[in-house]
Amino acid sequence: MSINNEEKIKIKADNINFYYGQSHAIKNLSIDIYDKKVTAFIGPSGCGKSTFLRMLNKMNDLVPNTRAEGTLLFDGQDILEKNTDVVSIRKKVGMVFQKPNPFPKTIFQNIAYGLEVNGVKDKDFIRKRVEDSLRKAALWEEVKTRLHTSALMLSGGQQQRLCIARCLAVEPQVILFDEPCASLDPISTNKIEELILELKKFYTIVIVTHNMQQAARVSDYTAFMYLGELIEFDKTATMFTVPKQPKTEEYLSGKFG
Amino acid sequence: MKNKISQFLGFSIITICIIITLFFLASIIYLIAAKGLSAISWEFLTSIPRKSMTEGGVAPAIIGTFYLVVGSILIALPLGIACAIYINEYSPTGYMVNIIRMSINNLAGVPSVVFGLFGLAVFVNFFGFGVSILSGSLTLAMLILPSIISASQESLMAVPYSIREASLALGATQWQTIRKIVLPTALPGIMTGVILSIGRAAGETAPILFTAATFYRRSYPKSPLDETMALPYHIYALMTEGTHPDKQVAIAYGCSLILLAVVLLISAFAIILRNKYRSTYVN
Ligand SMILES: Nc1ncnc2c1ncn2[C@@H]1O[C@H](COP(=O)(O)OP(=O)(O)O)[C@@H](O)[C@H]1O
Ligand SMILES: [Mg+2]
Repeated sequence: MSINNEEKIKIKADNINFYYGQSHAIKNLSIDIYDKKVTAFIGPSGCGKSTFLRMLNKMNDLVPNTRAEGTLLFDGQDILEKNTDVVSIRKKVGMVFQKPNPFPKTIFQNIAYGLEVNGVKDKDFIRKRVEDSLRKAALWEEVKTRLHTSALMLSGGQQQRLCIARCLAVEPQVILFDEPCASLDPISTNKIEELILELKKFYTIVIVTHNMQQAARVSDYTAFMYLGELIEFDKTATMFTVPKQPKTEEYLSGKFG
Repeated sequence: MKNKISQFLGFSIITICIIITLFFLASIIYLIAAKGLSAISWEFLTSIPRKSMTEGGVAPAIIGTFYLVVGSILIALPLGIACAIYINEYSPTGYMVNIIRMSINNLAGVPSVVFGLFGLAVFVNFFGFGVSILSGSLTLAMLILPSIISASQESLMAVPYSIREASLALGATQWQTIRKIVLPTALPGIMTGVILSIGRAAGETAPILFTAATFYRRSYPKSPLDETMALPYHIYALMTEGTHPDKQVAIAYGCSLILLAVVLLISAFAIILRNKYRSTYVN
């Protein structure tokens, strides 16, 4: 589904199907994800939002007994093809998870990890990148005096921003957020939302959210999914004011979900 | 009211159980200390046995036990961790995992004297290591392998899936994830398994009976291929052989006390190592 021909397309999904064993989780989904925009996926629980998101950085490859069909073009290259280099895709497409999942290491080590596994050895470079990433994730001021203490001592909201910083450190082009505020309080949620608005200047962002107001606040485009299908995809402002599909209207008005 | 009574009863039973356990523990230590302390002296700790074990010290047995324990841990630890990683992280087909699990459980049920015979047949004779520290360490390693594997496996399993995902999502390979995230997180738990194995390896007599231990030796072992004296076997020998049972019994209790101390010492070292690791990694 393409709705704006002026925008540069970063990811183009064409007729995607995804199966967990026999269960058909995503049905004939086609969508364009635009470069340096925020695209939100909304829909009731279990409709396949996370499944689609995890296709974008090939995390579903880790689930046994799954099958993907269709083409998923990342900058024109089909990442569903068998010989795709998983590691290089994951470097380009970072992910922030529903529950903050820092490593049981220090704050510094958490951020430096992505660089180290990618073969960066230069200590000064790493130090600089750690600071940059923490600044971009709006966490630097809060942690600059305790970089070498455990990341597990941070609050939930700080941990989530740490996870964002960790993801930024490997310089991805796309960042996937899977309900990043689901376990956070309103103030932390607010901070993450501000951060997403800031980050979209430099990154393409795809966010799954349960929260329609959140989608309305942070996204440029919204995709509404229902039972594995993409029901409607449009500019957020348009969809939230004049939805075209009756199902979308029902969902947005809180009739189910 | 009824709840209060049953709570009181429950607590009482638990308290009694604890007291009984502590009583046994205390009486063991007391008995050994009371009977063994008199035998212990600087000479006892540092010199070789003389006059068919009735005089002199047991230093070669202390050294021998130390070598056997450290040797068996050094062999069993990498093997056990590798096994646990294979079962837990690489999840081969269910069929394979079941076979491996079954083998490990069976291994855990084998009586230690059977390990001794196995060691004799395989390490001493087949590989030609002879009766030696090497053969004994290998045999003891087989003995402690099951507990090291299950401790490692449990600790690996306790590492949350979410942080493996986090690592993979950053572009780390599965091997990098295991080596840099999963293993360091699991290591304190693995060390706990090691600590429990230390006592086992130090105390077992049967596995070293045919593979490593000698009754009497006037010098310290110089190479892994030397046979050695060892504390548990020395105790056994003192109590069953020789011509001066009156003197020998006291020495045997002295040896028991030292054996306890050796286990405690090596365990303490492992515990310190674990705690140090825990505080740098997890906190
Ligand atoms: N690992 C899995 N194995 C089997 N089925 C799964 C798995 N993950 C998700 N599913 C199923 O796929 C469907 C879509 O799930 P998901 O993408 O998590 O939905 P959402 O994120 O929209 O709540 C659901 O029916 C869910 O039960
Ligand atoms: Mg989900």
